[in-house]
Amino acid sequence: MSTGLRGFRFLLNPLQTAGGVFLLFLETLKSAFGLWPRRRILVDQFYLIGYRSTPVVLTTGFFTGMVLAVQSFNQFRRVNITTMVGAVVGVSMVKELGPVLTGLMLAGRVGAAITAEIGTMHVTEQVDALRAMAANPIRFLVLPRVMAAVCLTPILTLMADFVGILGGSLICVGILNVEWHFYYVNMLDWLSVWEISVGCAKSSCFGLLIALISAYKGLNTEPGAAGVGKAATEAVVTSCIMILVSDFFLTVMFQAIKPEWA
Amino acid sequence: MLEIRNLHKHLGGKHVLRGVNLKVETGEALVIIGGSGCGKSVLLKHVLGLMKPDEGEVLVEGRDIGKLTERELNDLRMKFGMLFQGGALFDSMTVYDNVAFALDEHEKMPLAQKQEIVRKKLAIVGLSKVENMFPGDLSGGMKKRVALARAIATDPEYVLYDEPTTGLDPIMSDVINELIVKLKKTLKITTIVVTHDMASARKVADRMAMLHEGTIRIHAKPDEIFASTDEVVANFIHGRASQEQLKEVWEYEGIEQTEGREGQKAD
Repeated sequence: MSTGLRGFRFLLNPLQTAGGVFLLFLETLKSAFGLWPRRRILVDQFYLIGYRSTPVVLTTGFFTGMVLAVQSFNQFRRVNITTMVGAVVGVSMVKELGPVLTGLMLAGRVGAAITAEIGTMHVTEQVDALRAMAANPIRFLVLPRVMAAVCLTPILTLMADFVGILGGSLICVGILNVEWHFYYVNMLDWLSVWEISVGCAKSSCFGLLIALISAYKGLNTEPGAAGVGKAATEAVVTSCIMILVSDFFLTVMFQAIKPEWA
Repeated sequence: MLEIRNLHKHLGGKHVLRGVNLKVETGEALVIIGGSGCGKSVLLKHVLGLMKPDEGEVLVEGRDIGKLTERELNDLRMKFGMLFQGGALFDSMTVYDNVAFALDEHEKMPLAQKQEIVRKKLAIVGLSKVENMFPGDLSGGMKKRVALARAIATDPEYVLYDEPTTGLDPIMSDVINELIVKLKKTLKITTIVVTHDMASARKVADRMAMLHEGTIRIHAKPDEIFASTDEVVANFIHGRASQEQLKEVWEYEGIEQTEGREGQKAD
């Protein structure tokens, strides 16, 4: 890097990461159309990314739903429309909080693990060993994780949505004495298959981003334990930021496809 | 046959390889020696196409590997086995899965045949009943031997060894050296060994080359190398630091510096 460009490193590094992640996406896409990963590796990744993330996602969803119910109830009580709390909790969880919070939790739990594992393999020459044995590291290391993250993030999100709504209803119906019937009727009035699909589509994109960014950081880890730690931190931070940024653009895109005010 | 022509490589702003030229005949064992960090492993990685040269070419059986497509390169890599410095065994897989990896990936054969090959390769390197163990459960010497079994699982024509005896005790080093010689003789494997272990070099080499400051300083038979009067070569072979290097050690000795500073203050 020339001396002149060094000053712009803060700008160049994110651009370099963005370019690298995009190229990795293309390579992963290409390998998805070739030979698939071994079944055992896929099952391992589905277990690690999906099953092992369930407790943290359910806990997050449940408490977020309850907090949302308490906060909304306090506001709506002033204008005497507490029966609308169900609609607010339902729509917020399904369209925004479910996908985003599930994504953020997965970025922390799964993203760091992906980067640390691939990064350690990189610095201990295991990635080179794969290539030396004429095996494609993308097919072995990246594709299974991307497939698991893309397929399972929406399912985890739906689970977070469900327990969030359940948590909200426990607070509203059980403690704050909102009428059960109105809580659910209003919620179902405001929720449709489209809202649920938008939430699932968003969470799939978040899963893709988490797996790709984490794998990219892992494959480009600097040598040593400090290098692996740094790469894992960068993967989590970059994934979280990209989830929030892409959420805005995805929201605008879905809004353009089907405007809510229409 | 394997040939390296005018190979240049920059890494981290440093000109590591500065025009390396080497030739390895079929069935020959070439040992590349040189100081730590002089680019021996980098050179080895170029042979397998794991690194791309900045300039120059690597010819395997007359084909420049820099001009091969990914598929052609993978076909060529099937003829190679490589023993990495730390073994590079896959942590998440058992010893059996590690050794059988290339067979699972590229060979279609019944499970029983695969198991027999794995058992046989482990027996060649003197191991048995370790198939279900994980690399984390093995000692350093056992890891190297499992990695060697993995490197020869597909009966390669070429085997590359990156510092095969580093980190091992002298007895285990001798066992590994003996294995390298045995594999070369019994399987007619073309061998390249990168090392700075002179005992290993003397035992294994048909020819030796010394990499120094990015170029090949000498390429000859072991006897000629061990009898070399070139100061750099002789110092390396006999483990003697140069006068300048020894002087540096004493010049930076802390006590003298402290005394010097105190003396200046007193003045």
